[in-house]
Amino acid sequence: MNIHEYQGKMLLKAAGVPVLEGVHCTTVEQALNAYDALGSKVVAVKSQIHAGGRGKGTVMNPSSRDVVMEGGVKIAFSKEEVQTYSSNILGNLLVTIQTGDEGKIVNNLYIEAGCDIAHEYYLALLVDRDNKSVLIMASTEGGMDIEEVAEHTPELIHKVIVDANVGLLGFQKRDLGMALGLNGAALKSFGKMLSSMYSMFCAEDCAMVEINPLVRTGADEIVALDAKVSFDENAEFRHKNWDDLRDLSEEEDTEIRAKETGLSYVKLDGNIGCLVNGAGLAMATMDVIKLYGGEPANFLDVGGGANEEQVKTAFSIILEDPNVKGILVNIFGGIMRCDIIARGVIAATEALSLQVPLVVRLAGTNVDEGKAILAASTLNIHPADDLAEGAQKIVTLIGGEA
Amino acid sequence: MAIWIEEDAKVLVQGITGKQGMFHADKMVEYGTQIVGGCTPGKGGQTVELQGKAFPVWHSMTEAIKATDADATVIYVPPPFAGEAIMEAAEAFDSIKGEGVIVCITEGIPTLDMVKAVAYVNNRPGVRLIGPNCPGIITPGETGGAKIGIMPGHIHAKGRIGIVSKSGTLTYEAVAQTMSIDEGQSTCIGIGGDPVNGTGFIECLAAFESDPQTEAIIMIGEIGGNAEQEAAAWAADNVTKPIVGFVAGATAPPGKRMGHAGAIISGGKGTAEEKFEAFKAAGIACAMDPSELGKVLLESLKSAGLR
Repeated sequence: MNIHEYQGKMLLKAAGVPVLEGVHCTTVEQALNAYDALGSKVVAVKSQIHAGGRGKGTVMNPSSRDVVMEGGVKIAFSKEEVQTYSSNILGNLLVTIQTGDEGKIVNNLYIEAGCDIAHEYYLALLVDRDNKSVLIMASTEGGMDIEEVAEHTPELIHKVIVDANVGLLGFQKRDLGMALGLNGAALKSFGKMLSSMYSMFCAEDCAMVEINPLVRTGADEIVALDAKVSFDENAEFRHKNWDDLRDLSEEEDTEIRAKETGLSYVKLDGNIGCLVNGAGLAMATMDVIKLYGGEPANFLDVGGGANEEQVKTAFSIILEDPNVKGILVNIFGGIMRCDIIARGVIAATEALSLQVPLVVRLAGTNVDEGKAILAASTLNIHPADDLAEGAQKIVTLIGGEA
Repeated sequence: MAIWIEEDAKVLVQGITGKQGMFHADKMVEYGTQIVGGCTPGKGGQTVELQGKAFPVWHSMTEAIKATDADATVIYVPPPFAGEAIMEAAEAFDSIKGEGVIVCITEGIPTLDMVKAVAYVNNRPGVRLIGPNCPGIITPGETGGAKIGIMPGHIHAKGRIGIVSKSGTLTYEAVAQTMSIDEGQSTCIGIGGDPVNGTGFIECLAAFESDPQTEAIIMIGEIGGNAEQEAAAWAADNVTKPIVGFVAGATAPPGKRMGHAGAIISGGKGTAEEKFEAFKAAGIACAMDPSELGKVLLESLKSAGLR
């Protein structure tokens, strides 16, 4: 789960990480008041969306897609400029390298006081699957595309691995700070900041905290100028405050509804809808559809113990996508019984008066009963014995090559 | 022989009084697994009825292992308590027997809980963790066998193919593929697809390589991370038995979450394409479609002179 920069900074500030003064706004009027309240001559007007590359993005009119302004993060030197930038941004579309062509509507702004920058650094905390530990990564090359740095000058990225048995140690903070060329007051400030950030990472069950740039000010203080914070959704049960931080407008409507029903759904661009049990098998089903010349319209995992109602919801979610020209159901029944799935499929196709071709592949527990139920129905359901056959059939039925 | 779990392994169930725990414990007994009881803190002294027989429940894993001399435990404890359940089992096995296998089925454990639990288990070298978020491990027997997890037992048969997979239902698919060419399995392990887990591919490959019953291996990966690439490079130098591989997620769009927290591609690292390349470079025979695993396995067995 991602949160906005202004929310991330609230958490960082509460944990003791130095951040600049700033105000969250949703209207131009609030932005102007924020400018007055901050009392800073220079402020940053920052679009708040769940994607990176905002500074280099393009603000567009959402209906005409005419360019309104280049850059979703602007430095304003006067109240008039705050007015111009915030009215240009709010309600419009911001397209960045991470949003894809469709972009994202900006409903939130962050007006932040200016800052005297001596140097920009990069800092990130994340869980590293190779070391099965929290990894802290820092570089002197802040403010840039860190993936470029990692590719061309990996020696400029310094890493510290936190041993979960003992936590972050003093020498690790010093080593990392010195690798960034810090000394004196700046090194001390860095160590203190890093302790606070690591504590927040653990206390808030973060998946990632990325600060780009982290800056050293003229007064040798270390300040977080940006904040990308994401949470580990598995830990939601112990963070009641996440409900307030969640911005549902940033999430796909159908994906939210799927999640509420216990389904895992991701919309894709193709025309063959898929309904599968298990994430790995669901991905493999998409792969095989593509292998036989089709394009999957979605990823949909109904989980290990889906009931008739969930199967029905799954069908209705798949059919909401107007691109869907056919559906492939692929179930390997373990705990889930094929006869139950077969009944669910029939109930769903009847209730939704399904118009598109449907191929059903069943295997595993009670497969013979399941197949018999499908065969006895008068509905137009095409059976398949294995995944390859199922994929070929659905591709042919919608008029593809196979 | 098989790996880690023998056909007659004695198994405890953590969370045996819960809905999931009881349901699957019953299925395991039905399959023939030697369940010796379970553990639910606060419910020690009770019994649980599985397949018409009463099984004892203990308060703690220390009590349970002392009383039963169990070889393994399987965890169905809900996510908030699962990390600690792993650590309790690890400490009990280590202090009482110096060894033990922990299979954690629970899905949705906070990642930082797993970071702690894995570090704790790794400090106890005789203890092995499989999972979490996995179907478990099964060693089919002539009759019955040891099914430790949630996989459908009836699709398996004792044989000479070892299977290791990140994904649950794809493991079943692989099992069905071995059966389609009249081969059974030595041991099948689902290692789980979470970002932080216990036993990895390399440990499974090493164990299959030294297991006399296993003659060939199926390895199923998923997008995300580089465990598959590392395992392939390791296998090229250390595994003499034929390996057949598949990787799921070739069509997954970058950055989109596909149900498993682990299956995230970031910055071009961990794509299916990259993993297939690594497999091929290591001499692993690849199936591009899981329905062809059987066919590819048969060819591999033939060219190795095993058929």
